[in-house]
Parts: sequence; structure tokens; C-alpha cells
Amino acid sequence: MKYLSEFRDGELASRLAREIHQATTRPWRIMEVCGGQTHSIIRNGIDQLLPEGVEMIHGPGCPVCVTPLEVIDRALAIAAQPGVIFCSFGDMLRVPGSVKDLFQVKSEGGDVRIVYSPLDAVKLAIKNPDKQVVFFGVGFETTAPANAMSVHLAKMQGLKNFSMLVSHVLVPPAIEAIMQSENNRVQAFLAAGHVCSVMGYWQYPAVAEKYRVPIVVTGFEPLDIMEGLRRTILQLEKGESRVENAYERVVTFEGNREAQRLLGEVFEVCDRAWRGIGVIPASGWRLSAAYRDFDAELRFAVTGIHAVESPLCHSGEVLRGALKPNECPAFGKQCTPRRPLGATMVSSEGACAAYYNYGRFISVEELTHA
Amino acid sequence: MPEETMSEDTKIDFSNWTCPLPLQDYPTIVMGHGGGGKLSSELVEHLFLPAFRNETLAGLGDAAVIQPPAGRLALSTDTFVVQPLFFPGGTIGDLAVNGTVNDLAVSGARPLYLTAGFVLEEGFPITDLARIVQRMGASARAAGVQIVTGDTKVVERGHGDGCYINTAGVGVIPDHVNIGPSLVRPEDVILVSGTIADHGMAIMSVREGLEFDSAILSDCAPLNELAALVLEAGSQHVHAMRDPTRGGLGATLHEIAGAAKVGIVVEETQLPVRPAVHAACELLGLDPMFVANEGKLAAFVAPEAADAVLAAMRSHKLGAEAQIIGRVVAEHPRMLVAHTRIGSNRVIPEQIGEQLPRIC
Repeated sequence: MKYLSEFRDGELASRLAREIHQATTRPWRIMEVCGGQTHSIIRNGIDQLLPEGVEMIHGPGCPVCVTPLEVIDRALAIAAQPGVIFCSFGDMLRVPGSVKDLFQVKSEGGDVRIVYSPLDAVKLAIKNPDKQVVFFGVGFETTAPANAMSVHLAKMQGLKNFSMLVSHVLVPPAIEAIMQSENNRVQAFLAAGHVCSVMGYWQYPAVAEKYRVPIVVTGFEPLDIMEGLRRTILQLEKGESRVENAYERVVTFEGNREAQRLLGEVFEVCDRAWRGIGVIPASGWRLSAAYRDFDAELRFAVTGIHAVESPLCHSGEVLRGALKPNECPAFGKQCTPRRPLGATMVSSEGACAAYYNYGRFISVEELTHA
Repeated sequence: MPEETMSEDTKIDFSNWTCPLPLQDYPTIVMGHGGGGKLSSELVEHLFLPAFRNETLAGLGDAAVIQPPAGRLALSTDTFVVQPLFFPGGTIGDLAVNGTVNDLAVSGARPLYLTAGFVLEEGFPITDLARIVQRMGASARAAGVQIVTGDTKVVERGHGDGCYINTAGVGVIPDHVNIGPSLVRPEDVILVSGTIADHGMAIMSVREGLEFDSAILSDCAPLNELAALVLEAGSQHVHAMRDPTRGGLGATLHEIAGAAKVGIVVEETQLPVRPAVHAACELLGLDPMFVANEGKLAAFVAPEAADAVLAAMRSHKLGAEAQIIGRVVAEHPRMLVAHTRIGSNRVIPEQIGEQLPRIC
């Protein structure tokens, strides 16, 4: 299968768009949970192919966006220490903490490195026995298995110079928090396909039933997303609230059992603060007691670092779909992609950054006539 | 050309260098190589002169003395700090020559002379320097330019990345050529001479910590012949040329849109991207539009000359995969819009800094 062409086929996309238009009789508000899906929607202009009134709400599923300010500040403090090699996924380097970001720490002499896999950080630890190697383990259930595996390997090899700054977040509690929030406007969810490839979707039927909300497991290519939307809208129009899998080539109901077993061993569920949203109970993972020795927050004694988010920022409301980015008083004034105040302006997929970058000069209607 | 690069690299046999003995006293650069004394002059005599071989340089004056040619002079400078110094499809030496040659060529100039300044780190292997310098000489000859003066400084170990190179270049612009970013106007057709993002992905595939197996080669090449063909085929209908390097084609299009106060529409399906480069970009979460090139030419041409310029590009080996990739519009000034493959439009925002690999 050619993933780079077949799932981006223009003709099939217009056919799906036609079916979506035919099926839609009313306005609907659908949230894609995952930042990867937001990226694909924006990159491919999928929202423009939807009927007027079908609104995509970009959810809190971007790990860059939701990692709390406090954790970023702790990362910066660790990375600035001499003798530390601080490893991170690339896009975390530009995320602003209270006063600076990892790029700035690097320019001031911190040894900050971009890696593609936490396993590379373990290799660095083996290669540099006189340094402390720290990996910034953020992300949803998708990135968690590789992070768990790296801590597991470090423990098996008895590595004393490897640790992880963990800020993992979980999708199902976030979906529940959104459904329980005041002024919730979300009527259906596209569930994140890659999260489900690890975790399966056995957790979702109860959520769909409890909140009477359709949940469709959806992939990331343009046709995947449009098919997910088509199925979601069909359910909404019929008044149904089921869990469907529109990403069968990757996702099974059970998910990856072996990965889940390892995750259960290395991590334990904890309350977790989400940038812009606040603490969601039982919405994150931290290292379990058996792996606590590898917890960078304890090793580097940074648990005393606390941070307060800007009171001007309304990103929590934006993430819940209660406020449009340009309705925020700080939008484009105190808060821009260069100087973001909150989660949704930080990453290029964040709802506010997307509004700023894509909607600043011109409306979509003008664009389509260009 | 990549094949040539590889074969010349492997051909370098230090023991067969013109006069290896004095240089082999020190297998690595020492502070004295930048001190202006005997060690410095040995480096010039046994390494730079044979590699760059031309009469002006051989005069070894404090300045190169050249006869000014007719026409307007174009002057450009660029500094090269690429890591690693040797990468699939090229070396820092190829980049240092081609980079400045290309800046002159896309300004409409015929590149003539280059200068070369080296900042070497104490401990840098002389064999590596020999490889780099030999590639500079070969690239200069391939581009038809002469390296006529130079300078070498040595910094202490730990104060440099092995080797930095600055080149400056002079070229001459024929009287009838008048091009520039501000001359781009609505309805102009945008052509690109070949596949984008090759250089950036070739570098990324060998950068420490990010290595991945691939057959991607840098596209590093001199564009002066191609640029001359474009100007000849399009004459006064060619409004601007650029060589999209750092920041990729996307940054170049943003610059032009800003300079000419026009909008630009890009046909996403027409962008030439090698399958391996496309796949690597997808894996790393990068947009090929914003990945570096080192041997591609973008031309902005009035519609009546577009076909002729396309044919001219395709007649040259460096332009065989040339494509018309978009057009200039009066609407949405300073803004880039892509027609996507699924039939929608999207705005292509300007990048704030370097593109970063994404988590998800």
C-alpha cells in the first residue's frame, strides 16, 4: 500500500466530501483529539471541504501544547546543570517556560540534544558514563511504549546515569473532562488512531454511552480523516452514539497487549496538570515505584519548582471549544506564536497558532476564490 | 555531481600530493599553520596552490589583481559552517564554492572570481583539509571560476568545528539583464529546476543522533550554466531568479512575495520531491517546502515565456526534472497559498526558526 499517495487521492477525497455534504442536514461540532490529526487537517485544508456549519474543534491532543509550564521550567533547570546531557524530541525545544526555552538554555551552555527515540538517549548514557543523561518523556499513549522500554532497558543494564523527566498524559480522561466541562460544545470525537493502536479502544464504549457521544477511531491521512468525519456525521444525523473503528488497518479493539503490559509495569496512573486546562484527575502516568530511581524530578531535586500560567491566557476555554482563538483578548496582542502565553499558541498545530498563521490576513472565502 | 564527488574523494591519496614531506611533519593542523610563518606558507604552497591552480593566485600578492570586465559587477559573500563536513553527495568545500557561484548566478551575473577564507581548528586532520580543498578546486573548475586569493586562520582546539569556510565572489551582469525580486508581478509563472529538499535531508540522514539509512544525496551543484540558459530562453520576460537554500523553497517564495508585495499560489501536486526524500520528511514530520537545497533554481517568468524557459531548464542535466510549480497573483499580497492534492487551499505560513522534528 502506498500511504503517501493512495490515502491522499484527490478524487476519492472529493467523493468523500460529496457524501459528507449529502449526509449533513444540520451544524455539528466535532473535536479531533490528537495534535497529529489537527496537523493533517490544517496541512491539507480538510476543514474547507466540509459543509458550512460543520465545525472542527482542535482538541488538547498536542503533547507540546499540554505539557504544563511547571514541567517545562523543571526541564530547563535540569538541562542547565553541568554534567547533564538533556535529550528531547525536537519540537519541545521551542516551548517557552516561564522565562526561557530549551534553545536558550542550549545557547547558554546547556548540553541539549534532539533525539528521535528515547532509546538513543539510553545509548548516549552508555557512551557517556561520566554524564547524567536525561530524556524528556512527554506525550500521549503513543510515545509511551518507547519511553517505557528505554527506562526498562536502563534498569536491566543497571545504568546509574540515565533518568527520565516524565509528563505523560492520557486521552480518555481528557475526553471525559471535556464532556463534563461547563459550556461544552463538543458533540462528537475523532479518537486518536495512534493512541488506539497501542491502547485499543475498549475504554471508549463506556464513555460513548455515558455522555451519549459518538466516538470514531480515526487515522491521519486526509482520506482517513474524511472517512472518520463521514462516519461521525452519519451517527450524529441518526442520533447514534457508538464507538466505531475507521482505522482498521492499524487499530484493533484490544490494542497492543505487550505494550500495555510494559506500560503497566513501568508507569502508574497519577493526577496530571494540563497546560491551559489545569489538573485532570487520573489523567497521566508517572514512573511506578519499581522505576522511581529513574525519575529525573527526584534525582535532580526540581520538585520545588512551581510556575503560574499567565492570567491573560484563555487557552483552556479554547481547547474545550468554548472560545474561538480570536475572541481571546490577548490574541495577537500579548500572545503571538513568537511570544506565546499559552498552550494553544505554542505549537504550530495549536488552535490559536493556526488561527494566527492562517487567518490573520484573509478569510478562507477570499482564499478559495484566489 | 554526486558520482564525481565520491570518486574524487576516494582518489585523494595524500602520499601522492605534490610535495607531501613538509606537510606530513604534522598530520594535523597546529597553531603555527595560521601564524604566517613557514608552516603557513607550506600549507599554501603544497595544498592550496595545487588544488586551486591559477595564475592570479600563483602570484601570491596580498591582493589578487584582476582586470575589471565590462558590465555591472555583482558581489556576494557566504560563510559555511555545515556539520558534518563530509556528507552524502558533497563536502563543505563543494558548498563553499557552489553557494557563492549560485548567489551570483541567480542575480543574473556570470561568476568570475572567488576568494576563500578558512578558519581551521587546531587538531583538524590535514588529509581532511586536503579533501575539502581539492573539492573546492574541482567545483571552481566545473563552474568556470577562479579562486584568486585566500586566507587561513587557526583557532585553538575546542573553539571551532574543524573547518569553517568563507567565500566571496565577483561576477559581471550583462547590460541587457535586469532582474530582481521586486520586479516579480502578478501572472508570473514560477518554475523550479528540480527536486526539492535533497540537501537538507542528506545532511539530516548523517547528523549525529538522527542518522537513518538512505540513498539521499545532496543536490549541491553550480547553477551558472542553468541560470544563463534561463536568461537566454526568457530574455526580458525573466523577472527574478533565486537559489532556495536554507529555509527551502518556502522561505524563498515568502521573500519574493514580501519583496514584490504579491501573493503566490503553489500547486502542491507539481512540487518535485524524490520518493525517498518525501518518505524521510514524512517520518520526521518535516515539510519539504522548508528543507534546504544547494543546487536548485527558482525562476519567476512572464507567462508568455514560461514554456521556453521550462524547455531550456530541461535541456540541462541540472534541470531535467524542472516543473512549473505555481504562479504569482495580485490577491492576498505577501501570502503563500497551496492548492492541496485533495482540492483544498491552505495558507503556508512563514517558519519562525529552524524546522523541528515533530513528536506526533
